[in-house]
Amino acid sequence: MTQSISVNGAQHPIPNDPRVTLLDFLRHDAGLTGTKKGCDHGQCGACTVIVNGIRINSCLTLAAMHDGDSVTTIEGIGTTDNPSALQRAFMEHDGFQCGYCTPGQICSATAMFEELANNWPSDASGQLEGKIEITGEEIRERMSGNLCRCGAYANIVAAIQAVATEKGS
Amino acid sequence: MRPFQYNRARSLADASGIISDKGALAIAGGTNLLDLMKLQVEIPEQLADINHLGMAEIADTEDGGLRIGALATNTAAAVHPRVRSDYPVLARAILAGATQQLRNKATTGGNLCQRTRCFYFTNVDQPCNKREPGSGCGAIDGIAKLHAVLGTSDQCIATYPGDMAVAMSALGAVVHIAHEDGEERTVPVADFHCLPGDTPWRENVLEPGEIITAVSLPAKVAGTQIYRKVRERSSYAFALVSIAAIVEIKNGLFSRADLAFGGLAHKPWHDPRIADVLIGQVPSEKLFDEAADILLSGAQGFGENDFKIPLTRRTLHAVLAQAVEQAA
Amino acid sequence: MSAHLKQDEPDTSNRLDNMRQGVLGKPLSRIDGLAKVTGTATYSAEYSPENCAEGVLVTATITRGVVTRIDKDSVLSMPGVISVIDDARLTTRAAQGTADEAPQQSPRTVCYWGQPIALVVAETFEQARDAAKHLKVIYRENEAAPVSPDLVEPKEHEDETVRQGDLARAMSDAAHSVDIAYTTKGHASAAMEPHAAVAEWDGKKLTVHASLQMLNFNITELADALDMDEDKLRLVSRFVGGGFGSKLGVSEETVAASLAAMELERPVRVVMSRQQVFQCVMRRSETTQRLRLAADKDGKLTGFGHQALVSNLPGETFAEPVLQSSHFLYAAESRELKLNVARIHQMTAGSVRAPGEAVGMPALEGAMDVLAEKIGIDPVELRLINIPEEDPEQGLPFSSHKLAECLKQGAEAFGWDSGHREPRVKREGEWWVGTGMASAARVHNVSEAKARVTLKPDGTCLVETDMTDIGTGTYTILAQIAGEMLGLEIDKVLVDLGDSQHPRGPGSGGSWGAASIGSAVYVGCKAIREELATRAGTSEAELELAEGRVVGGQTLTALLDGDEISEEGHYEPGDIKDDYTASGFGAFFAQVRVNHFTGETRIDRMLGAFGFGRVLNPKTARSQCLGGITWSIGVALTEALEFDPRDGHLVNCDLAEYHVPVHRDLPELEVVLVDERDPAASPIQAKGIGELGMCGGAAAIANAIYNACGARLFEYPMTPDRVLAAMPE
Repeated sequence: MTQSISVNGAQHPIPNDPRVTLLDFLRHDAGLTGTKKGCDHGQCGACTVIVNGIRINSCLTLAAMHDGDSVTTIEGIGTTDNPSALQRAFMEHDGFQCGYCTPGQICSATAMFEELANNWPSDASGQLEGKIEITGEEIRERMSGNLCRCGAYANIVAAIQAVATEKGS
Repeated sequence: MRPFQYNRARSLADASGIISDKGALAIAGGTNLLDLMKLQVEIPEQLADINHLGMAEIADTEDGGLRIGALATNTAAAVHPRVRSDYPVLARAILAGATQQLRNKATTGGNLCQRTRCFYFTNVDQPCNKREPGSGCGAIDGIAKLHAVLGTSDQCIATYPGDMAVAMSALGAVVHIAHEDGEERTVPVADFHCLPGDTPWRENVLEPGEIITAVSLPAKVAGTQIYRKVRERSSYAFALVSIAAIVEIKNGLFSRADLAFGGLAHKPWHDPRIADVLIGQVPSEKLFDEAADILLSGAQGFGENDFKIPLTRRTLHAVLAQAVEQAA
Repeated sequence: MSAHLKQDEPDTSNRLDNMRQGVLGKPLSRIDGLAKVTGTATYSAEYSPENCAEGVLVTATITRGVVTRIDKDSVLSMPGVISVIDDARLTTRAAQGTADEAPQQSPRTVCYWGQPIALVVAETFEQARDAAKHLKVIYRENEAAPVSPDLVEPKEHEDETVRQGDLARAMSDAAHSVDIAYTTKGHASAAMEPHAAVAEWDGKKLTVHASLQMLNFNITELADALDMDEDKLRLVSRFVGGGFGSKLGVSEETVAASLAAMELERPVRVVMSRQQVFQCVMRRSETTQRLRLAADKDGKLTGFGHQALVSNLPGETFAEPVLQSSHFLYAAESRELKLNVARIHQMTAGSVRAPGEAVGMPALEGAMDVLAEKIGIDPVELRLINIPEEDPEQGLPFSSHKLAECLKQGAEAFGWDSGHREPRVKREGEWWVGTGMASAARVHNVSEAKARVTLKPDGTCLVETDMTDIGTGTYTILAQIAGEMLGLEIDKVLVDLGDSQHPRGPGSGGSWGAASIGSAVYVGCKAIREELATRAGTSEAELELAEGRVVGGQTLTALLDGDEISEEGHYEPGDIKDDYTASGFGAFFAQVRVNHFTGETRIDRMLGAFGFGRVLNPKTARSQCLGGITWSIGVALTEALEFDPRDGHLVNCDLAEYHVPVHRDLPELEVVLVDERDPAASPIQAKGIGELGMCGGAAAIANAIYNACGARLFEYPMTPDRVLAAMPE
C-alpha cells in the first residue's frame, strides 16, 4: 500500500528516500512552495506547518514519519481569492516586509489561537492554570519561534491582536 | 544526511531489537536527531521510528505521583493539569525551553537524550572528543561561552542544554528504561546523565538496545516551586544558567531545598550538600552565599564562561529570595 | 522614448505635492502583500524547471592554503551524483556592493575557513548534500594565517582621515572631556531567505533566478565571473527574502549554479545551507573604536576625535565605514578621524545593514551620554547645542537637516524627562528601570536609475525596471508615484521588478533605492504627462490628472485613443552630490529594565523619530523604521559573531547561536515620522529610510542601561555577563 500524507485535503505519496524532510516533501514533491526553508534546523520557524492541528517545524521531521497525517500549509489557510482573517490582518498591519517568514508566522499564529483557546500556558503566563488572557506579551512569547529578520514583529503582533479582538467580540 | 534505513517499529521489542545494532538509533520527535543528522554529527545506518508504540500517556501513579510516557510531547507534559498544579517547576522549565513548535514535536524521552550545543561538537570539521574520540576538544581553548564550569574534564567541557531534565532532577524524578530482553530498570534523573570524564561520548546511562519508556514523578511535596532561566534573548535561547528549586519554609526555617542547576555541567547539576546547608536555617543573604560557596567550590571557568560562576551565585540569591518571599 | 534628468540643483518645485490623485504619501497596504501572505510569492529557489539538478557547495576546512587535489571519484559513484564542478571560474567570496566586477575566483586558493571550493551536483538535494560532505579534498596548508586583528599591523584607510585644528590641545583645554574605547562584535545579515540560484542554459542564453539586491551590478559581476557577454545573461529576482547587504553582490551559489548549468546542459539549483550563508557570504567587521570629545563649560564641543579599527581579508576594498556620520554629525573645531584596517583570514567583511553607522553611532552616542553626565546637562540638550550649521569638515550646506526636530518631537512623544539624571534610582522588584536616548544619522545616497513607464491604451500603467524589492516596499511606492503623476489608483499600476531585461535601476542597497528609482519613475511619468498635456491642449504644469482622467475633462483612454505612451525615465544625480552633505537624521528614546541579579536587559518601550525627506508611504516607511529599531536592539543586546581564535572559523554559524531578536525581545515601539521635503536629496524630495532606524538605537539602550543600574558599558552587545561585570555592587 502506498504511504501518503494529506496536504490541505489532497493525498500526496511519500517519497522513497527516507531522508526527505516533511519540508522538502512539501516544497519539492507536493510542489507547495509557500512553506519556506530558512534554516533547515528548527531555528527560524519559516517552515512552520500545522500537522493534525498542531504547529511544528516541518524541517525537523521526516516525510516518512507522517504516513496518514493531515498537514495544513499556508496554501490551505487561505487563497488569494479568499484569504483568512489573519492573512488580511497581516496585509492591513504591514505584518511583513520581505515576506519570507510570513507563511510560517501565519501558520504559527493560526495554530496559536487554538492553543490559547485551550488555555495552554506559556513562559509569559503569570498563572499556569485557568484562563489565559491574550496580552501582547503572551503573543510575543508564543510567536518567538518565528524569526523575522526584517523586524516586522511589532506589526505582526498588531495583526494578531486585531484578529484576536475580532474573534473575541 | 547519510542514507539510512527507516523502520517503523511495531513494538518495544522490535524497536529495541533494531537499535541494539551498532549504527542504529531510535527516533521519536526527531527535533534534535534530525538536526544533527543533517550536519552528519549523527550518522545512523538505521532509524527505528518509535512514535507508534503508545508510550505517550500521562497517568497518575499509585503512590500519588505522575508517570509521563516517554513519547508524551513536551507540550503535552507542560499543559497536563497535574503537571501545572502539582509540578509547576516542571511546567515552567519545559515552557522556558525552545519554542512552541519544537515543544509540540519534542518528546519527554528525547529531551532527556538531547545532545550538547557545543559549537565544536556540531561542526564535523572541528575537533571534538565527544563526536570523534581522540580528536581533541575544540572548546577548551576556543569559544566556550556556553560551556560548563562544573564537572568538566580535560576531554570535554560541554553542557547538557535542556531545561526539562533540570526540573525533573530537582523533583527527584525517575527514568524508566526498557531493555531488549523486556526487563525494565529505573534510574533517577539526577543519575541519568554522565559527566564527561574520559568518555565524553557517553552522555547517559542508556545501554545499546535500551529505550526510555517513561519518567515518573514522586507525589507532590509541599513548598514553593521555581524555575529560573537566565538567557541572552528573552525567549528561544539556551540557558546561560538555570535553577530549578523546590523550597519549603516552615517556622521561618528552610525545611526543604531541592535544587538543580542547568547550563553549568554535562548534566543537570544536583548537589545534595546545598540542602544540607540550607535546611534548618533561617534564610539570609549570608546563608545563600554559603550555599553558593558549596555549589561553586569546585567551579572552573575557561575564560569566556568565567562569568557563569558569579552569575550562578547571583541567580541563586534571586531564586532563594523569591522562594522566601513567596513562602511569606 | 526616453527622458533624462541630471540633477544639478535642488528641486523645490515639489511637484508631487501638487498632483491630484492623492495616493502618494498615503499609508497604503503593499501591492505585493496578498502574494506574500498566501505563500504565492515565488522566491528564487522555488522556480522548478524540468529536469533540474541540485547542487551543494563544498567548503574548505583549512584557513589558508592551496587545494592540491579534489578526488572526484570519492563521490561520483555515490547514488545520484552527476558531477563535481571545480571550474576555476567559481567564486570564493561574495562580491562587495556595487563592485560591478567578479569577486575573488580561483577556488583552489583558500583564504578563509569555510570558503567554497567546489560544487557537487546530484539528482536530488538529499544526494547532493550527502555527497558534498564526502568529497575528498587534499590541501597544502599555509601556516601563516593571522585570524585576529590584534595579530597584525593595521593600515590606515586614508580616504577617511581628517585632521583639523588640534584635538590634543582641545582635549587638554576642555572644561569637560571623555576619552573612551569601545568595541563592537561582528554581525550577520541573516536574511531569512538563504542565498539561492536556479540557472538554466538553453545553449545561447543563461537565465538565472537568484536572490540578489542589485541586478544592475550583479549582471556585470556574473558576466565577468563567467567570462561571458552580459547580453547572454538574464537575471531574475522578483521576490527577495531579505538582503540587508548580504545580497548586494553576486554570491558563490549564483556563479556555481551558472557554471554547472552550462557544463551539464541542464538546469541546476544551488541553495546555501544556513551555515554556509553565515560562513561564506558577508560579516560586518568587529570594531575597536576610540572616542575623544572635548567640550567647553556649556557643553559646546571644541574637539571631536573618532578612530576605528576594522578588519577584512587581504585584497578586499571594503572597510566598515565606521566614521561615516561622525564626519558631520556634531560641530567641533578640532577634529581627528581615522580608520584603520587589519588584514586577517576570516570570512569576507562587507555590508550588513547600515554599514558604518550601525556600529559607529552606538559608540559615538554612548560617549555623548558620558559627556552629558560629566557636564551635568540634559543629553538631548547636549545634542541640540552641537548641531552644526554646515558640514563641519567640508563646509558644505546640508541638503536638509531635521535632527533638532527629531530630538524635540521624539522627546515630547516619549515623555522624556529633561531634569537631573542619576543612575540607579528606580527599582521595581529585581529590576532596575531607566531611560536613555541617542541621535540617529545615516548618510543619504542616491544613484543613477532607469525605469520604463508605459501608459496603456486602456488607461492602466506598467512600470518596468530591474530594481528589486527586498521587503522595503518598492513595488508599492513605485505604483504610488506613477499613480500620483498619472492620475491613477494604484490598482491600475502594474509594477514589474527584478528582471535584468528591464531598464537598469539603482539596485536595493545603501537606502538609496526609493529616492533613486522613484525619481526615475517620476521622470518617466513627467515625460508621459508632457505628451498627455499636448493631447489635452494644455501644458504639463497645468495638467491635472485624477481617477483616470483629466480633471474636468477627457478620460485617459479617450486621450490615448488606442495609443500607448512609453517613456524610459532616466535619473542621474549631478552636482547635488558634490554641493551638499545629505543625511537622514533621527532620535531614539528607550526605557529598559535590567535585572539586578542576572544582568538581563529587557526593553520596556522604545521610540524613534526620524526625518528622511518626503514620506512616500507612511505604512511601509514606518515598517522600515521598526525594522531598524529591531536591529538596533540586536546590536545592543544579543548579536555577536564569534570566531575561533586559532583557525578564524565562524563558530556560531546558525540562528540558534547567533541571536537575532525574537518576538519577545520587542516591546511596544513607536515611530514618529518628522515632516520634511529634501529638495537636494532627489527630485521627489525623498531620502533613504532602510537603515537610519538602526543607526544609534543601541546607544539609547546602553545609556538607558546605565541610567537604570549604573553599569556603563563600552562593549556591544551588552549581554548579561558584561552587564553584571559593569554593574556597581
